[in-house]
Amino acid sequence: MTSIDVREADGGVVLAPTGRLTVVTAPNLRSAVADRIAAGDRIIVVDLSATDFVDSSGLGALVSCLKSARQAGGDLRIVAPTEQVSMVLKMTNLDRILQPRASVADALRD
Amino acid sequence: MTMEATRHDRRRLEQKTSPRRLAVIRIVIVLAAASGLNYVVWRWLASVNWESWWIAVPLVLAETYSLIDSLLFGLGAWRIRERGEPPKPPAAGYTVDVFITTYNEPVDLVVRTARAALDISYPHTTWILDDGARDEIRAAAESLGIGVITRSADWIDRPRHAKAGNLNNALLATEGEFVLVLDADQVADPLILDRTLGYFKDPQVALVQTPQWFENVPDADPLGSQAPLFYGPIQQSKDGWNAAFFCGSNAILRREALMQLGISRYVAEVEQSVYRAITTSKRVLARAREEAQGDRRVTLALRRAAEIVETARVEIIRGDGIADVTYRFQRGIDAISTDYADADIALMRDNLRELASLSDDPDTFGSIDEAALELLGRRDTSPIAAIEAISLLAGALNVDRGDEAQAIMPMATISVTEDMATSMRLHGLGWRSVYHGEILASGLAPEDLETMLGQRLRWAQGTMQVFFRENPLLQWRLSLGQRLMYFSTMWSYLSGFPALVYVTAPVLCLAFGVIPVTAYSLDFFARFIPFLILNQLLFWVVAAGRPTWRGAQYSLALFPVWIESVTSAFRNVFLGQPLGFRVTSKTGAEEGRRRWDLVKPQLYVMGALVVALIVVSIRILAGQAEGIAPYVNIVWVFYDLAVFSIIIRAVLYRGPAVTPTPTKETS
Repeated sequence: MTSIDVREADGGVVLAPTGRLTVVTAPNLRSAVADRIAAGDRIIVVDLSATDFVDSSGLGALVSCLKSARQAGGDLRIVAPTEQVSMVLKMTNLDRILQPRASVADALRD
Repeated sequence: MTMEATRHDRRRLEQKTSPRRLAVIRIVIVLAAASGLNYVVWRWLASVNWESWWIAVPLVLAETYSLIDSLLFGLGAWRIRERGEPPKPPAAGYTVDVFITTYNEPVDLVVRTARAALDISYPHTTWILDDGARDEIRAAAESLGIGVITRSADWIDRPRHAKAGNLNNALLATEGEFVLVLDADQVADPLILDRTLGYFKDPQVALVQTPQWFENVPDADPLGSQAPLFYGPIQQSKDGWNAAFFCGSNAILRREALMQLGISRYVAEVEQSVYRAITTSKRVLARAREEAQGDRRVTLALRRAAEIVETARVEIIRGDGIADVTYRFQRGIDAISTDYADADIALMRDNLRELASLSDDPDTFGSIDEAALELLGRRDTSPIAAIEAISLLAGALNVDRGDEAQAIMPMATISVTEDMATSMRLHGLGWRSVYHGEILASGLAPEDLETMLGQRLRWAQGTMQVFFRENPLLQWRLSLGQRLMYFSTMWSYLSGFPALVYVTAPVLCLAFGVIPVTAYSLDFFARFIPFLILNQLLFWVVAAGRPTWRGAQYSLALFPVWIESVTSAFRNVFLGQPLGFRVTSKTGAEEGRRRWDLVKPQLYVMGALVVALIVVSIRILAGQAEGIAPYVNIVWVFYDLAVFSIIIRAVLYRGPAVTPTPTKETS
């Protein structure tokens, strides 16, 4: 079962889903991001280094969160995907849009 | 979870039509194709009466159309796949959502469908997708213990996309691995999931479609509601080419496939929007500069916009992520708007300060705070919003698809028949589909002519929208066979134009002696009769006992509907005009009026055919009509009249004798 670690950072907030990001757990990510946006955060960093599996619904949640962040005048960035996640990003071409950053520090820069 | 398929499962997954039946079918296909080509080539080369080219050419074109139709039918049937017993699903372990889609159907009808859905034996969760957001539906659902899904707030003021939008909204609100889609009138058999889920043991299968069959239709089927040929050999033929397609209801879909489709469409559409914005920006900005007529501030803003578009272009070529590029671009636009508004804000601030100094109470203007002024600098409220070119670019160079309710839209929204477009895209991603030809749900067909005509028009329009927007022949990700199978459905909807020729030609011949074919001779019969017979034989062998006459009648007799579907879809796709269709109402109108007005073109045609018969009789008696041509055409007119007679029956039809009981009896 996935949990989402949330930690404040300089210039944004870092969310780190651990375990599986799938149709079952995607709503947690969506609501966590919605909460942070409501709380005033604008730069949302999703740290995928502890996410060992993502399905298309999980990717869909990332896109929904990107949309919410953008509409609030902010942004969403993804960081350090594991091998399976990278593969899925590549297969769906989503990496053309959401290019993963190497580290959280990298993602917090503009 | 992926289940291991056993050897037994694999055997059932691979089931095909028996080799003996296939051999017979293939022999007839070859003979029919050969005789058809022999006839039509002869028609073009040796028998077009060029003196009456204005009817002779349309006629030979119409015959060529029919030949291609027959060849496509044969091509499909070449690989017809009649699956038998389905593989068994795992006893439990798949999670399934059952979606009942409704918009304005009567509550009783929806409840009846929902009850049956609850009784489906395989473990599942039932949902009513109420696009009408009606309180009565919610109350009824609550009493049954069923969830209701209505549109989320995101859909307010955004395109709703009818049923496709309804399903897309529900897909984001549920989590089953599989989704069974049922129209509001489709009463499911309790075994519907047990009989279909097994196919998903093949991890590449995204869709299992089952037939749509209607219980409120008498055996004679005067409105041609049942589609035994389509929900039989035609879908089975497509299945053989891995091109069986989604028909909107009574189908099970794999969520992962749909979501993957949603993601890949999102990527494709964002890329397209960004590339288009970049390539057209020069033109758009240049035009805006002209319109600015030397306004210094506007010109400056436009020049800065051009600079940041150029930066975005370079970054895209460099291979930067589109999200990053567009984020920087949006920040650039923000900076332009702030600067643009700054002058206004500074002026206003000065004015306020001046006003405040005149007042005795220092807090008079406290309510107009700095934040309100800051607001002016924001893009949507900044005067820059008035520069259309910049708003346009800002909207297009983004990744949030701000014009749509959801970024992810798994069900295609390019057509009013979202189903066919969606399955074509799934096939394009490499997923497989299955047609399982067992009736596992029974629905309600339209019970009156008007509703029936509206429904047929909508289906045809939707198909033609897909044809114009995503022509299957141009989808390079599909195999050639898949392209031709999708194309053949679209081809069949073009039949209205040849139908017009098929009724005009014999009238002209009989009444005015205009002969489009030079040789109604032994040559003609020797080529035409074998084609006719072998073509009928092909239908007969492939149909294997299913009735085909009703379908043949309507494909000719509804020619005004088919023609309208092509022209209205064309105007919709290329000129942006609305389609002008109605939602099909599932229960018929009770009023007793006979709607002859709905079939005027057909009545004129029948009148002309009868008059032509009378005229030719006189001409024959007067010795004016010579040769065999009039007799060939007389036979032809009788055939046309037999075909069109269904229109009379349809107008006279009063609905089914016994109305179906609203509670479904299942054992």
